[in-house]
Amino acid sequence: MALTSRNARTGSVPLSGQGLRPDVNGSRRERLTALAFIAPALLGFTVFYLWPTLRGLYFSFTEFDFFSPPRWVGLDNYTSMFSDAIFWNAMKVTVQYVVINIGTQTVLALLLAVLLHRLTRSIFVRSVVLLPYLISNVVVALVFYWMLDAQIGITNQVLGWIGLDAIPFFGDQNWAIPTIAFINTWRHLGYTALLLFAGMLMIPGDVYEAGRVDGASEWKMFWRITLPLLRPILALVLVITVIGSFQAFDTVAVTTAGGPGDATRVIQYYIFDLAFQRYQYGYASAVSVVLFLILAAVAFVQLKLMRADESDVA
Amino acid sequence: MATTATTFDEAVAVSKPTGGARRGRPGLGRVLAWTALGLIMAVTLFPFYWMLRTAFSNGAFLATEPSNLLPVESTWGAFQRVLGLATTEEAQAQAGSGASVSIIRALLNSVLVASLITAGQVFFGAMAAYAFSRLRWPGRNTVFFVFLTALMVPPIFTQLPNFLLMRDLGLLSSYAAIVLPFFFMTPFAIFFLRQFFLGIPREVEEAARLDGAGAVARFFRVILPMASGPLITLTILQYVQAWGEYLWPLLVASDRDHRVLTVALGVFRSQTPQGAPDWAGLMAATLLAALPVVILFAVFSRKIVNSIGFSGIK
Repeated sequence: MALTSRNARTGSVPLSGQGLRPDVNGSRRERLTALAFIAPALLGFTVFYLWPTLRGLYFSFTEFDFFSPPRWVGLDNYTSMFSDAIFWNAMKVTVQYVVINIGTQTVLALLLAVLLHRLTRSIFVRSVVLLPYLISNVVVALVFYWMLDAQIGITNQVLGWIGLDAIPFFGDQNWAIPTIAFINTWRHLGYTALLLFAGMLMIPGDVYEAGRVDGASEWKMFWRITLPLLRPILALVLVITVIGSFQAFDTVAVTTAGGPGDATRVIQYYIFDLAFQRYQYGYASAVSVVLFLILAAVAFVQLKLMRADESDVA
Repeated sequence: MATTATTFDEAVAVSKPTGGARRGRPGLGRVLAWTALGLIMAVTLFPFYWMLRTAFSNGAFLATEPSNLLPVESTWGAFQRVLGLATTEEAQAQAGSGASVSIIRALLNSVLVASLITAGQVFFGAMAAYAFSRLRWPGRNTVFFVFLTALMVPPIFTQLPNFLLMRDLGLLSSYAAIVLPFFFMTPFAIFFLRQFFLGIPREVEEAARLDGAGAVARFFRVILPMASGPLITLTILQYVQAWGEYLWPLLVASDRDHRVLTVALGVFRSQTPQGAPDWAGLMAATLLAALPVVILFAVFSRKIVNSIGFSGIK
């Protein structure tokens, strides 16, 4: 960081008459100061974002096991993905996870946001619902791993009281993904609700006043006022959470490690698995390129929606 | 997932409590609504209580009363066990594995790593944000746009090559490996602070400039103090983020001496395979892992809650 401190020091020496020049590009001194100010971020960006991105792209065209140098194989990694049953399964499982997670999370978060908006402004209530979001994924996963334990977990005890059979939450092929999706819904519910709540605060209050004067019920006001005016924001929240859910990893790693069978081997876990357990680093890179492309597509939709947002709320 | 969402103190602070909070009219709808809110809060809080209840139970008797709402044979044993204060015999008597997990060491590692990451991100982020918002230099918007696109690259994509970089630099199993990729920049921090810096009136800085203060002096004496609110908010958000990070520290530093809490918890969980996991010990450990964030939250809850806003709203 020698560069930073050197330029920073020269930058602090005032030159006479400097403030008088209306130069759009700034004076030479201001340009140097700016360079010094972004130097650390630029270094971090180049070394840990740009360079690895290019390198990862290169690796995706190679066969590479960590131990011997990468060998160029062209599009082989990409073509073998087509016939890789585990890859397609991972895609299927990930999409299942995303759909369940987003579905429950959005509906519940909307409900919670409306309750927060129409019922109370209490910071305490908002704090409580946000709390799970601040706890790390690993801790959340472990607590639910315990509460959902097949034998002595509290959830199955409660199910027993009301006369239901115990559910093997993590041990059953059909239950594992919904279980993990619900755990993450629990963690993200308050956060998502607060985003929607912030959006609802932007809706002018007199719209509701007018609605009430017209004798509209809360139910009607939700469908006729809140939801339509919230639509662009809702869309944005959806995209943000979809991008997040596609990258589910921590909960899977801590609870099921991809099992039972391949039932919870979501795409990100599969990438990790390929790279660090099967040492197919080149192939892992190719799969992560595909994940990147999917996320880029989602981000593109997001951009479109943000435009929609401008035209809608103006 | 938090990286794409941004936060706006002002979005929530400025908007008046217009739409909601109707007084009176204790109709059936309101009762139902409050019940729903109460239910959501109960479901949110219960896992925390269950963590506490289990942590204070004697692991050996946990299975005998799985649905007892109070700690079973309450004891500090689980905490002594995870903190390494119990002998092997004592630990085994309470269904612990007897193998020592140095949770204290992991706790200190987490504090060190999260503090370094946060300090770097906030400080360098503020510097870059200053250059992007208040200094004039050619290419400013282009570079900012390039930084922003880094927000969209999924972490796994850069993490694979970054892992190799760390290996090639001989940094695997070191604090540096965990900290470095996050230390110099996060697009989120820059974006977040830039938005705020843009809002500070030019005149304020102009006055300091006429007094002969250079860019560095203005940054430290004018901009930073004025931005103390957003800086604190960002610090908390990034600390929570760094504290919860799992995959990266798992990849580069999972050895006993350098593992952070999340990784240690994962190890602890896998040390107690199929048979009978040490649930009491596990919950005591997760409680210790969650504690710093809960304390942080208790102190700053208003600030955190108000800062959860929206990247699309302004």
